Amino acid sequence: MKNLDWLSKKTTIKKLWIGFIFVLIITLVFQILYPLDGHFKIEKLFGFAAFYGFISCFIMIIIAKALGILLKVREDYYD
Amino acid sequence: MINYLHPSLFLLLGIIFTFIPFFNKKVVLLSFALISFLLSLFLNYEASIDLNFLSFQLQLFRVDFISKTFVIIFSLITLVASIFAINQKSIFELRSAYLYVSAAIGAVLSGDLISLFVFWELMAIGSTLVILSNTSNKHSESSGLRYLLIHLLGGVILMVGIIGYASVEKNILFSLLNLDNHFSWLILAGFLINAGTPPFAGWVADAYPEASFSGTVFLSAFTTKTSVYALIRGFAGSEILIYFGLIMIFYGIIYALLENDIRRILAYSIVNQVGFMLVGIGIGTQLSINGAITHAFAHIIYKALLLMSAGSVIYMTQKRKCTDVGGLYRTMPITTICGIIGALAISSFPLTSGFTTKSMIVSAAAYEHLYIVWILLVAASAGVFLHAGIKFPWFVFFQKDSGLRPEEPPKNMLLAMVLLSLLCVLFGIFPNLLYQLLPFDKLYIPYTSDHVIFQLQLLLFAGLAFFVMLPWLKRTLTITLDFDWFYRIGLNKLLDTFKKVISSYNVFINKIISQLKIFFHNKISDTFNTETGVGKNHWMTGNMVFALSLILLIYLMVLLF
Repeated sequence: MKNLDWLSKKTTIKKLWIGFIFVLIITLVFQILYPLDGHFKIEKLFGFAAFYGFISCFIMIIIAKALGILLKVREDYYD
Repeated sequence: MINYLHPSLFLLLGIIFTFIPFFNKKVVLLSFALISFLLSLFLNYEASIDLNFLSFQLQLFRVDFISKTFVIIFSLITLVASIFAINQKSIFELRSAYLYVSAAIGAVLSGDLISLFVFWELMAIGSTLVILSNTSNKHSESSGLRYLLIHLLGGVILMVGIIGYASVEKNILFSLLNLDNHFSWLILAGFLINAGTPPFAGWVADAYPEASFSGTVFLSAFTTKTSVYALIRGFAGSEILIYFGLIMIFYGIIYALLENDIRRILAYSIVNQVGFMLVGIGIGTQLSINGAITHAFAHIIYKALLLMSAGSVIYMTQKRKCTDVGGLYRTMPITTICGIIGALAISSFPLTSGFTTKSMIVSAAAYEHLYIVWILLVAASAGVFLHAGIKFPWFVFFQKDSGLRPEEPPKNMLLAMVLLSLLCVLFGIFPNLLYQLLPFDKLYIPYTSDHVIFQLQLLLFAGLAFFVMLPWLKRTLTITLDFDWFYRIGLNKLLDTFKKVISSYNVFINKIISQLKIFFHNKISDTFNTETGVGKNHWMTGNMVFALSLILLIYLMVLLF
């Protein structure tokens, strides 16, 4: 089956990535245009939410992966 | 008069009518769900029906801003879920679901602890029947029974708490409970078990996904949210709820990340979302309580939507694992779009209902200067996007091409999903529609440039983390052990060890006894041996009589002197 729809094509995926990165940059640019006035000092740092969102997900995935080693069992474990 | 009609009565009437042969059962149920929804909208604030029972005054019907909001959403979701469930062949499931919902509405409208308890137990029975009605699944019976056991345990703890509380306080009114009374802690434990708080969180993911494609939609909405309601009533402002809530939030994220079963991912995410509500209740300010209530409201809608899109996939493909599906957007575009809207709403994306509701809880933490709580909630918001916002739609509708080309589900199922999607967006754009149902007039404006930019940065970069780390998130054919291991395997193992100890103890004791038997047998036979032992002396009976007389004589002499 060669007949790939547009979303499965490599070129589309590349375009989507470029679009996604562009949007990410836009959210950062907006913070320069409208400086955040948060409740805590840390919120006002440039790109705090971006950095924190990325890093906290990174850490959660690592923790999940580590716990998975301990807690994952075969599907029919209880059968 | 219409303001005093209990919506549950009409759901129960609906069940009774399905037993009359002339009516179309599903049309009957749908009409009664519609009536109960309309009634819930017209409930009169401050309406109440009181009843004397033994020496207590029961309040079967108490309407205020908190209970009315929950009744509205409960009856609304019953109506939409019933539309979704029309294709369900078994009428038994819908009947059970209606019993379950009427109990949940009854519990929410109860003004005293005794009627609350009665409805609480009825709810456990109704929901178990919903799970058991899925006879096509071989696991549903065993997991339904485990579900019932946990809920009966919770019920017993709650009952002991209520009896103790009533006897000490001489009052059964269900309002803010006094935590100085030790029995309140039992009531709290009963509520928390139903809310899915670890260690008793495993039942959510164990039981809900074993119901049918439509049964799970009903289950997701009522049990945990009735607990949220009860916690708002009884324990608002109890700091301990913040910690329980945070544990639930991260438990939900981590377990959902490890999961392969589509609906189990969503079940873990229920625990995660209820965690947010618990934090709101624990903070206990007007804003955070408002937040917990609206979040419960919005959550019921988008979670039902997510489970409907998952249910549609399961209904059309008969597959329930991420590893078996993928690439379904090609032939199920409407289901995909509805699933994505639900996923965006649960992630609190701007313009969806999650954004206008969950933000109140996070903001309340900031306003109270709870820095650690706030920073954890922000991380958790990113985590929600990770496990439910992207993971669910990505693995189900995109990912690889599984080769499956299912059609869209039947029209009624699409209608239910589209309705809920519209509500998610409607409450996202016009939050005041929701805010007017709230108990406290606390002005909250979700759409500030600060808030929108912050949230977009947070979520989009969380999305980046997902795609960058995608190889780490590859699904495996596994399940993840939870606390339920202790009562599914652990207790059996303990029992086996116990049996082994007992049987080896038996062997040991038997050995000793048989050794003793041999020893005494030898000893006795030696002693009384007629040739070597005592037996060899043949005493005459006369000697014995003589000895006895002698003893009597000595006794008499002693007495005389």
